[in-house]
Amino acid sequence: MYDLIVIGGGPAGLAAACSAWDKGLRSILIVERDQELGGILNQCIHSGFGLQYFKEELTGPEYAARFVDLLSQTGVEVRLDTMVLDITPQREVHMVGKTTGYRVEQARAIVLAMGCRERTRGAISIPGTRPAGVFTAGAAQRYVNVEGYLPGKRVVILGSGDIGLIMARRMTLEGAKVLACVEVMPYSGGLNRNIVQCLQDFDIPLYLSHTVTDIRGKDRVEQVVVSQVGPDRKPIPGTEMIFDCDTLLLSVGLLPENELTQQAGIALDPRTRGAVVYENMETSMPGVFACGNVCHVHDLVDYVTAESQRAGAAAAAYLMEDAKHESRVIEIQNGPGVTYTVPQHIRPQRVDKSCGLFFRVNRICKDSEILVTSGDVPIARFKREHLAPGEMEHITLPRALLDKAGPTLTVSIREVN
Amino acid sequence: MYDVLIIGCGIVGAAAAFELSKYQVRVGILEKENDVANGTTKANSAILHAGYDPLPGTLMARLNVRGVALARELCQKLDVPYRACGSFVLAFTPEECATLDTLKARGDANGVPGLGILTGDQARSMDPQLSDQVQAALYAPTAAICSPWEYCLALAETAVRNGARLHLETEVTGIEKTGGGWLVHTSQGDFSARYLVNAAGVHADAVHDMAAPHAFTIRPSRGEYYLLDKAEGSRVSHTIFQCPNRNGKGVLVSPTVHGNLIVGPNAAPVEGDDTATTAAGLDFVRTTALKSVPSIAFGQCIRNFAGVRANTEIHDFILQEKDGFVDAAGICSPGLSAAPAIAEYLVQLLNDAGLALEPRPDFVCERHRTRFKELSPAQRADLVAKEPAFGRVICRCETVTEGEILEALHGPIPPRSVDAVKRRVNAGMGRCQGGFCGPRVVEILARELHLHPEDIQQDKKGTWLLWGETKGGSAHV
Repeated sequence: MYDLIVIGGGPAGLAAACSAWDKGLRSILIVERDQELGGILNQCIHSGFGLQYFKEELTGPEYAARFVDLLSQTGVEVRLDTMVLDITPQREVHMVGKTTGYRVEQARAIVLAMGCRERTRGAISIPGTRPAGVFTAGAAQRYVNVEGYLPGKRVVILGSGDIGLIMARRMTLEGAKVLACVEVMPYSGGLNRNIVQCLQDFDIPLYLSHTVTDIRGKDRVEQVVVSQVGPDRKPIPGTEMIFDCDTLLLSVGLLPENELTQQAGIALDPRTRGAVVYENMETSMPGVFACGNVCHVHDLVDYVTAESQRAGAAAAAYLMEDAKHESRVIEIQNGPGVTYTVPQHIRPQRVDKSCGLFFRVNRICKDSEILVTSGDVPIARFKREHLAPGEMEHITLPRALLDKAGPTLTVSIREVN
Repeated sequence: MYDVLIIGCGIVGAAAAFELSKYQVRVGILEKENDVANGTTKANSAILHAGYDPLPGTLMARLNVRGVALARELCQKLDVPYRACGSFVLAFTPEECATLDTLKARGDANGVPGLGILTGDQARSMDPQLSDQVQAALYAPTAAICSPWEYCLALAETAVRNGARLHLETEVTGIEKTGGGWLVHTSQGDFSARYLVNAAGVHADAVHDMAAPHAFTIRPSRGEYYLLDKAEGSRVSHTIFQCPNRNGKGVLVSPTVHGNLIVGPNAAPVEGDDTATTAAGLDFVRTTALKSVPSIAFGQCIRNFAGVRANTEIHDFILQEKDGFVDAAGICSPGLSAAPAIAEYLVQLLNDAGLALEPRPDFVCERHRTRFKELSPAQRADLVAKEPAFGRVICRCETVTEGEILEALHGPIPPRSVDAVKRRVNAGMGRCQGGFCGPRVVEILARELHLHPEDIQQDKKGTWLLWGETKGGSAHV
């Protein structure tokens, strides 16, 4: 029996476990499927991590190492090379590992920190042949940075998500020729700094409002056809460009990995594809918390850390505080311009001073106002010079404001000019 | 010198080898690819048709009905995923209702058991996601689904266990008649045999023409498919057809034995084995399928693929023998359904042509593979305690362990590529399509086959995955 089992030893799981330890929990287990802690950070050898949280620029492995070091000073137990297969409603965690065997561990609380996976060619139904040489950007990143192999020499990248941009630079540095980065939307899905540092600095063209409409090659990729798309995102005949290449990398979105969550019967939000959570990252199943990319896909690991610390602390509070604050529930709704919010529910009486709210916008907006309304009444406004779908937004709602709010709060975007 | 050489190891070649391996006959199989089941057998609807489609009196009709009856037993003995799900043919108009009557009469004449015509409401009560536009449906309880590539693999493996020899990457380049039989030239040298069986699928006309005057032409017809995530796997519980048209059985919607939903195919003439998918073809499949089941969430697609049917101008299977050369050609749908019955028929043709059939006293007709995912917690615990490799999950989507991959690598027909591993143990078949397990499978293959990772292929020869080491070199020294 453990007080807390944390599923996943990436940045979310590490922060949650450390935080729960700091709050006084002493029986904590992290279950990690890989052979070391750190999760996907281990293959992110580029820098740019930690600017928010540590106020310095770290590589992915360095960022992970900071938390692995912190963890080593605690008594948190770690089970590596072990995969969780099932979570029952009674909070029994079934897991299996080559050295750890098949085990069923009882948990009093659980933190879900399984991260996310990449969308694939099938998810976007790219027509053409099915040769070797079509990789998700993350799989290519693993081959290059962890295994030490280059998956191709002439590369087209579909999708301008951050991993795709990072891999454009990485493949170039390893001697591959990156011919183009192709994005179906009229704007990039990645961070602006990555557009500059990974594409522009290497003269790699970015084709916005374009997509891959055909893959050719019998055995290995030989060509990809790129077409311009209209406002409806449908390809425009006659705009085809043919690239001779041996590799197509896909950076077409990340999906929270919620198979375990779903099996356990926890409510999911179709917008985030993660668990519906309260202000303290608790899911619809009491005592089960979710944080990091398994809850919603983040842009910066720094935010994953902050969110996961809240989840870890909340799991500790769940076990250590006898009296639960009874509270009404405010439902957070998406208004115009907003694609999702996390949390989706806030219990104002459980909020200490204030509650952070993460969300994403559905288009690029300049000089805008984030508007929070209770019913029809605006109760808060936040000015922003620039909003983009690739960058997660964050506002803070004070407790006093939440106390005044009705049963629903709506977050929307209004361009001022 | 073989008694019988089979050219092609798709479902027909494998079934023929299996059937022949029951007897004291020296059997060889020549397959041009690096694995079995690598043509039409791996890319079709995975349906075992009840048998109401073919015209009464045809070989197709007879062998289809016999074949699905045999498949039921074979799949059980050889541990092949199989589910008797039953099928519906939907009618949306009075004309189509009349077509159902025709199909039922045909099925009755073919000896298909249990056919019945249901009202739209009756059909919807059995499969609630069917369109409310459905007026009537032909119900066929004996239709089933299976894993076509595992079916082929199981038959081929069992044949090999009973003494048949499989020659992979062995492409036939010429055939000569000799005094005692046939001499077959291949990319791996010459083979001789008393009898030849031509089971070359889409290339059966070319193989036939090497041995005999031209007699038929394969006119390949491509069908494109969607494979949807398990989240859509129970959208329907039966195989749902629309009324057949001149292009074939039309677009179907069906659960798969792996828990996914399959939707397709269209039908378009192509050259050779062109299995590319097209935007137009997929659009057609999608819109047509929504007519049967309007609620299909195509956003859950995990893979598109296409397969090529070996149609000919003769609207029946071509099963014939001359001078010890046996054609098994034009095996389009319902070829998968009919396969074991086709094999029986072929063996009879060989017997009629003088091949002695002395039963093999030690014939083994069983196969078992470990499916970790399907074990109970207690069974899993026992297995991992005995064999720790079963504790290492390689494919998270399908819960496939290293132990299962190692078991396949020590099986009668070891996998040589990443996709060959997929066909044996399902690693990479799930929603992430090998994004997670791909590099791990490459690592295991390289280790076990004593190859460099750069030499590991995705599938067929030439489908290389890794161009070379990075500047810093590989992690595996």
